[in-house]
Amino acid sequence: MIRFQNVSKVYARGARAAVDRVTLDVERGEFLFLVGSSGSGKSTCLRLALREERPTGGKIFVAGRDLSTLRQWKVPHLRRQIGVVFQDFRLLPNKTVFDNVAFALQVLGKPRHHIMTTVPETLDLVGLDGKGKRYPHELSGGEQQRVAIARAFVNRPAILLADEPTGNLDPATSVGIMRLLDRINRTGTTIVMATHDDEIVDQMRKRVVELADGAIVRDQSRGVYGAAR
Amino acid sequence: MSRARFVLAELATGLRRNVSMTVAVIIVTFVSLTFVAAAALTQMQIGNLKDDWYDKVEVSIFLCPSDSSVPTCADGEVTAAQRDEILAVLNSDSVAPYIDTVYTESKQEAYDALQEQMAGTVWAESVTVDLMQMSFRVKLKDPEQYQVVADAVAGRPGVDSVRDQRQILEPLFVILQRATLLSAGLAAVMIIAAVLLITTTIRLSALSRRRETGIMRLVGASNLFIQLPFMIEGALAATVGSLLALGALYFGVRYLIEDWLANSLQWANLVTTDDVLAIAPWLVLIAIALAAFSSAVALSRYTRV
Ligand SMILES: Nc1ncnc2c1ncn2[C@@H]1O[C@H](COP(=O)(O)OP(=O)(O)OP(=O)(O)O)[C@@H](O)[C@H]1O
Ligand SMILES: [Mg+2]
Repeated sequence: MIRFQNVSKVYARGARAAVDRVTLDVERGEFLFLVGSSGSGKSTCLRLALREERPTGGKIFVAGRDLSTLRQWKVPHLRRQIGVVFQDFRLLPNKTVFDNVAFALQVLGKPRHHIMTTVPETLDLVGLDGKGKRYPHELSGGEQQRVAIARAFVNRPAILLADEPTGNLDPATSVGIMRLLDRINRTGTTIVMATHDDEIVDQMRKRVVELADGAIVRDQSRGVYGAAR
Repeated sequence: MSRARFVLAELATGLRRNVSMTVAVIIVTFVSLTFVAAAALTQMQIGNLKDDWYDKVEVSIFLCPSDSSVPTCADGEVTAAQRDEILAVLNSDSVAPYIDTVYTESKQEAYDALQEQMAGTVWAESVTVDLMQMSFRVKLKDPEQYQVVADAVAGRPGVDSVRDQRQILEPLFVILQRATLLSAGLAAVMIIAAVLLITTTIRLSALSRRRETGIMRLVGASNLFIQLPFMIEGALAATVGSLLALGALYFGVRYLIEDWLANSLQWANLVTTDDVLAIAPWLVLIAIALAAFSSAVALSRYTRV
């Protein structure tokens, strides 16, 4: 589903590589944790897969597309197959929960009847049924992240990229979010999650890829956060 | 359709957030397009006058009267031989192609014309047929080609002077030409201001909606879809500005020219509100082009995928 072939990213000429010759294969339906200390290049990897950044070396394939030859005007088509969730939720404060989620479909020009059925369905899935009329500031952090996940998933993307989705949440709330991501993963969605949260990684027992200074230093199925000691 | 409704909703938000900037855009386009249109109308006026008058103007070759001090008239009144020679020059291969018609005005005819024009004045009473001058009235195919004829006959024996009626009109055209230039110059300056202002407005609008456009990009909205509300915002303001300019010109021409100036200048074919309407589509088109250009500049950096 996502394949990195010897991918490097150097932001500024002369700077050290943020991503250093990474080769990685993520299968369809896989759940992968990207771990590593701050500045190890996790977010950069996710941005490369979204084609928000272009690699300075190597090739990236996402959902069967070669990103190096993908035309600029086709980038939106790529992004429709990828949902993204961030640590800071990135909700629109002046829109209700329902409208925040509907926004993702509206801007793709989806018909009204489709929006009216899909959005409640998705809110239901993320555990927010009945909260559609609330505004983001009327929700807890965990609930806000659920809205963000609903928005990322409402178009049923094949891939979900999550950059520290539990970074702003307490452990109990984080567990809830992880259950939700696991449920989404079970629908066949490939998930790549960058995180610092060792408890979660240890609990989930999914594939773990560890980066250090931009390079992969560990790739372990059913792994834990710290290296196996 | 939900897509159109969505764009309209975004557009409304944008306009509401930027009321004062939008008003500024409207005013600047209004003023700049008024000058553009004023330049166009002046040009049309020049065209009208040329069409009208160039048809009527002629080159007059005055022949020597009995008492002229001009050297070519040293032999006294023009002779029949000299007249024939001048006519031959006008009919020669090098000059004839420029000439439409040649009319010979006799002294009697010149006298009659004077009597008619100056009836009742001392001029009409003091003059006699013999004092009048015989002349060839040459109508040119292209009135601008006066010099060819003048060069061919001036200085020949029997020719007193050559006069081009067009020269009497020329100062007026120069004034109108300068008015056009002034108007076009002001238009150019104002258009630059308009482009800068529209660019800034759209940029501010895009910045104030960074959050939304960021999410749009992430969920895979197309570039056009993201940019459309901003483009329409600019185009709308510019179009309103162009309509105001048209309104101002329409009423300006209606009251200043049709109602007032046309009465005191009945001999001239002045521009009318029809002319304003004729340039109307162009003005709106220019406004939209301005907005499109500005959006392209403004949006290339702020909402790129
Ligand atoms: N836009 C940018 N311009 C220049 N350098 C950047 C940019 N983004 C990231 N970097 C650099 O690239 C390196 C990797 O950054 P990245 O954000 O991918 O790390 P990370 O693993 O996500 O860190 P964190 O866990 O703190 O989020 C860092 O050294 C960072 O300074
Ligand atoms: Mg990061």
